[in-house]
Amino acid sequence: MESKVSENIRINAANIAHKELNSMVKQAVMRGVKRIELFNVHGQRYIGTDIFEPVEITIEGTPGNDLGAFMNGQRLLVYGNAQDGSGNTMNGGEIIIHGHAGDITGLAVRGGQILVRDDVGYRAGIHMKEYKEKKPVFIVGGTAQDFAGEYMAGGVMVLLGLNLEPGSKHNSRYIGTGMHGGIIYIRGDFEDYQLGKEVGVAELDEADIKQLSGLVNIYTGHFGGDATSILNGKFKKLYPRSLRPYGRLYAY
Amino acid sequence: MKSYLPTKFIIERDREQCISCQVCINQCTCQAHYFDSQDNEVYARPEKCVSCHRCVVFCPTGALRVRRNTSEYRDNYNWRPEIVDDITKQAESGGVLLTGMGNDKPYKIYWDHLLLNASQVTNPSIDPLREPMELATYLGQKPDSVQVGPDNTLAKNLPPQLKLDVPVMFSAMSYGAVSLNVQHSLARAAAESGTYWNTGEGGLHHSLYDYAESTIVQVASGRFGVFADYLNAGAAVEIKIGQGAKPGIGGHLPGEKVSADVSLTRMIPEGTDAISPAPHHDIYSIEDLAQLIWALKEATNYTRPISVKIAAVHNASAIASGMVRAGADIVVIDGLRGSTGAAPKVIRDSVGIPIELALASVDSRLRQEGIRNRASLVIAGGIRNSSDVAKAIALGADAVYIGTAALVALGCHVCQQCHTGKCSWGICTTDPGYTRRINPEIGARRLNNLLRGWSLEIKDMLGGLGVNALESLRGNRLHLRGVSLTDSELEILGVRMAGR
Repeated sequence: MESKVSENIRINAANIAHKELNSMVKQAVMRGVKRIELFNVHGQRYIGTDIFEPVEITIEGTPGNDLGAFMNGQRLLVYGNAQDGSGNTMNGGEIIIHGHAGDITGLAVRGGQILVRDDVGYRAGIHMKEYKEKKPVFIVGGTAQDFAGEYMAGGVMVLLGLNLEPGSKHNSRYIGTGMHGGIIYIRGDFEDYQLGKEVGVAELDEADIKQLSGLVNIYTGHFGGDATSILNGKFKKLYPRSLRPYGRLYAY
Repeated sequence: MKSYLPTKFIIERDREQCISCQVCINQCTCQAHYFDSQDNEVYARPEKCVSCHRCVVFCPTGALRVRRNTSEYRDNYNWRPEIVDDITKQAESGGVLLTGMGNDKPYKIYWDHLLLNASQVTNPSIDPLREPMELATYLGQKPDSVQVGPDNTLAKNLPPQLKLDVPVMFSAMSYGAVSLNVQHSLARAAAESGTYWNTGEGGLHHSLYDYAESTIVQVASGRFGVFADYLNAGAAVEIKIGQGAKPGIGGHLPGEKVSADVSLTRMIPEGTDAISPAPHHDIYSIEDLAQLIWALKEATNYTRPISVKIAAVHNASAIASGMVRAGADIVVIDGLRGSTGAAPKVIRDSVGIPIELALASVDSRLRQEGIRNRASLVIAGGIRNSSDVAKAIALGADAVYIGTAALVALGCHVCQQCHTGKCSWGICTTDPGYTRRINPEIGARRLNNLLRGWSLEIKDMLGGLGVNALESLRGNRLHLRGVSLTDSELEILGVRMAGR
């Protein structure tokens, strides 16, 4: 008779280092476990890295830096806040953070989805890129610190601004500096000086509204809220004014 | 705007030897030759010539010579022709001057001031023709001590190592900067000669996964083509922080070089600029570097050595100490003469320090701190021949990277036009009409020949020193003496003056 592998496992992450914790996770995945719940997580790095099965990992507590770095199709659910570098150079999968996330969240992401219920730190979504069907999505419920979407080369970033006080503006300055691909949808107020000089501003067209409506529904599907009233807010589309922002830099 | 730039080269055609076969026209990528059908003669447009010698080598009758244009400026040590030309170019374009290859300025080449020892009378030299000579080199972290078990095997596994049969690897040259045929030549030669080639930051083309065991995959600030399969494909992963040709700045692969195939490997849309930011935006400190090193160790399940490459800069030794403490298994220092496919000329020619001094100070510093065993030290940037390799190893390197020397083996004539994408030798270009000029089978043979020649010469030098293993030369600066060097230079190099 075949031995049955338990589909689910719970791991207490208290007082173990990242290498050990990740090794336990990898071993569980190799045994065929499909859902892993980590609790008492307190700053262990690289959770979700180097896994090649489509598993779901639930994280209770505070995962450390580089959550899901180089991740390739797994699903990470964080019940708490994430630190810096979540989704670093991620290739596919989902990171869903029920809280806020630190700096360089979504650095160089090339595929998959990152959803943050609240705010993100500095340089979020920096150098996101896309290639053919690989088109990353990064949705932030709140606002971002400076340099959101810097060097953006592809994908879609959404800043919903849900927690902005009436009359207040988004935090980020230098939004989309060096942007040469991708799209940022931004809801709520900002001043022109908050944008990088490579960024253009446009109203949403029908295709944008259709795309955005799908993305907002993904957000409310995870974190609750009323998609229609969010979509009724004031959105602008930020786009790269040139695919070659540095084309005229050189003598020849 | 009329250009005031003078013509740099003159093309001389021996009319008695020229048979108007037009090979020169077909070989030239700069349109410096043309056929006049009325005269039934081939003529030159010398102002287009970059002196790459493609036509000279391929002319079947040897009818061509390329010479420097003899019309001279009035002598002026300050306002030299190159400086006048550079100002003229900028006045006509208003941009950053680009160039290719490495620093070509007359900074002191310390290799040429270092001399190796040989055994005479008091201890015998060894004849490599009849004695085995060991060149094998292992790159990676070495433990502070080893325990041997009862069956004479290691009781505890060593950290992951790269094994080199010859202490020379091929420098990072990305697909996009060089052609796929060049990478195939390098990869095949690395596999056959028992060494490694390096992908550069442009990802790994699927046709090269066959050579994965001889491949070092690179992760640079643009993160192009970096994903789990790529990281696990290579024998080692290298984080590129900096490059000798352009310390401190990033890179822009212009959109016109991002062909369908290059876009596939870099994982970006065709025709868009591939922009590598100056820093990795997740690395602003040694602690951040440690984070990426350990992320890559985690991503490769601790089975691959992680290398970190920096340009040789003023504080290289302190930085290298930080890199080792951050967990780098291999430290790579790329010197002032390090080459590039494209860099601002002002940076290439004015930033960084000579590799010989950087190597000596990094090796000394790591020894002083007692952490030299925790990482291997590899140097790059201007290594020209086997004696440079031997001297580098005596100064403290574990191995060297060669870039330009490897390209010269493939045909490069160092015309410094890499940035134009019009390499007539088919090396630094992605134009399919030119890339065909490199045949990977012949290219690999040429590279293997070079490495074989250097290996034989290194064995000769070792034998002369009276040692039979490269390990006996490594970091042994007593085998070196300096000539025409100041006391400070000798002190930094840790080498005695010849005669002492």
